Amino acid sequence: MRDVAVVGFAQRQMQDYDGSPTCAELLVPIFAECYEQTGWTKRDIGFWCSGSSDYLAGRSFSFVSAIDAIGVLPPVNESHVEMDAAWALYEAWLKIQTGEVDTALVFGFGKASAGVLRRTLSLQLDPYTLTPLWPDTVSIAALQARLGIDAGLWDEAAMAEVVNRSLTDAEKNEYAVRAGGSSVEDLLARPMFADPLRKHDAAPVTDGAAAIVLAAGDKAREVRERPAWITGLAHYTDGLQLGTRDLTRSESASRAATAVGGLDGVEIAELHAPFSHQELILRRELGLADDVRLNPSGGALAGNPMFTGGAIRIGEAARRVWDGTAEKALATATSGPALQQNLVCVMEGAL
Amino acid sequence: MSRTLSAPVTVSFDYTRSVGPVLGRFLTGLRDGRFVGALLSDGRVVVPPPEFDPLTHRATTDFVDVAETGTVTSWTWVSEPVAGQPFDRPFAFALVTLDGADAPLLHAVDVASPDEISTGLRVRARWAAERTGAITDVVFEPDTGTASALVPPATEGDVTGIVTPVSLDYTYAASPEESAFFRGLAEGRIVGQRCPQCRKVYVPPRPACPVDGVPTVEEIELSDTGTVTTFCIVNVPFLGQKITPPYVSAYILLDGADIALQHLILDIPVEEIRMGLRVKAVWRPREEWGTTIENISHFAPSGEPDADFDTYRHHL
Repeated sequence: MRDVAVVGFAQRQMQDYDGSPTCAELLVPIFAECYEQTGWTKRDIGFWCSGSSDYLAGRSFSFVSAIDAIGVLPPVNESHVEMDAAWALYEAWLKIQTGEVDTALVFGFGKASAGVLRRTLSLQLDPYTLTPLWPDTVSIAALQARLGIDAGLWDEAAMAEVVNRSLTDAEKNEYAVRAGGSSVEDLLARPMFADPLRKHDAAPVTDGAAAIVLAAGDKAREVRERPAWITGLAHYTDGLQLGTRDLTRSESASRAATAVGGLDGVEIAELHAPFSHQELILRRELGLADDVRLNPSGGALAGNPMFTGGAIRIGEAARRVWDGTAEKALATATSGPALQQNLVCVMEGAL
Repeated sequence: MSRTLSAPVTVSFDYTRSVGPVLGRFLTGLRDGRFVGALLSDGRVVVPPPEFDPLTHRATTDFVDVAETGTVTSWTWVSEPVAGQPFDRPFAFALVTLDGADAPLLHAVDVASPDEISTGLRVRARWAAERTGAITDVVFEPDTGTASALVPPATEGDVTGIVTPVSLDYTYAASPEESAFFRGLAEGRIVGQRCPQCRKVYVPPRPACPVDGVPTVEEIELSDTGTVTTFCIVNVPFLGQKITPPYVSAYILLDGADIALQHLILDIPVEEIRMGLRVKAVWRPREEWGTTIENISHFAPSGEPDADFDTYRHHL
């Protein structure tokens, strides 16, 4: 296996983006930041991989338009996943493992505000027995939240604690779409949106984009004194059918954690939990110790650009390794309904 | 003024698929007013039946009917329904475990307020009078102990296909550069933008130069006269077509531009269209102008001699 590290990260997260759904004009300055961080030009990037969705954009081949932001003459080595860009990062990591390239720039973008996000995402469900009912993402998450409450695994106060901690931490995040903690009592006094979820239990509809730079071996050491070396990377998926899954669990997250050899020693974890109770599920499934600092960025509850929210978790965790806040950091990404698919990425300051 | 122009767009299509022996059996059951589940290798009865056993990955072959009554195992209140959901007023989505099944089905429950639903509530299917073999043939309501009258299905035979209508509404935004282009058209101007690095002029302008990956910032006003670089004669009728075939869609390299613009060529027999033909925009009456390329009705021969191949050879 080759040693591969995260060496660059740039992001934008906003309530709504005044621009086209391909976000090409938004990606240009983000790529510029990555060039500035690495000292590279586009010619130093061996592989490009993006995550986005045409359903979000409402137009076909939106990812093709987005590559205008790269500048593609001479032609570039490029790929795309219709998933969170965290999975694009996985593909890029594999590409580097093949030895074909030494560097990669991974990016994701999405203008969720262009449509009705919770409705658009019904299109990721089984088209025979679910999509015709248009069960929205918030409703599906609410069914999951109540199962856990009824089973005594968590309660509304525990969910509010997650929200309060996240929004308090988000005050220090310049990209947060929602920030400002209050108190568990205050949060619990707010009205229900999708009982038992209140609006603050769900990630805000967020537009945005992000880019992450990967590099192998000495290429990474050229860029940073302390590259965030990827020492574990795995992803699993749970079944399509909501009825046959135990929705209070996330077996895919648990298996991914096992596949990377366990998560002992992790100091900081950026968990991609678009709903408050999903952080509680992930924490348990990953077996994180009580002293692991969760989502210092504020997490997805502070801003969750679709198809980028998971990749941002990886970028945020990498930053804590770069600046020495953590020797070992964890990021997770999720895709699909009710934590169906999960990716785990462990990064360390020393190999 | 907003930085960009935007407009509503609806993307719609019918997701049309054959359903195969497992889902077909389930949907046929719904059409006939009953629930068909599958017996899995671990002994569980699951509705809807999965096509493959999640544990053995073998095709599902054992089917059992389950009751039309069941128990709510989880629920949520849809306070703001979205288009396409079973009700256009607040209602409950629930996981309902039907009697005889071991796994829940996600569906809607018809209650008027969240006070009327709870985990453990007993519910019963309420069948639509006209059933087509779709999950929308049924909703659930609190069980009062009496089954509603089941109207026999209008058709017989197995359900072999499904049509799921999909319609999504968007507010579509143009990029700032495209917005400048459309605003220019509303004033009768054709605006392109020049890449600061390679100096190429793009029309319609793009958010970034696809060669250099930098924003195209310098605005260039272009002539409404140009050269046909390539074209296609449209002979195929299609839904929404505004002109009767045959007609010509062409790439027109406007004078001063480095990329061709696609538009119609009319006012000339289609067999006379050729590469190098010089054409000029035919604008609609000024009072009909908006922020749209339709301000230019079409392009027509300008009467000039054909352009030399060398003048457009690098723009093909």
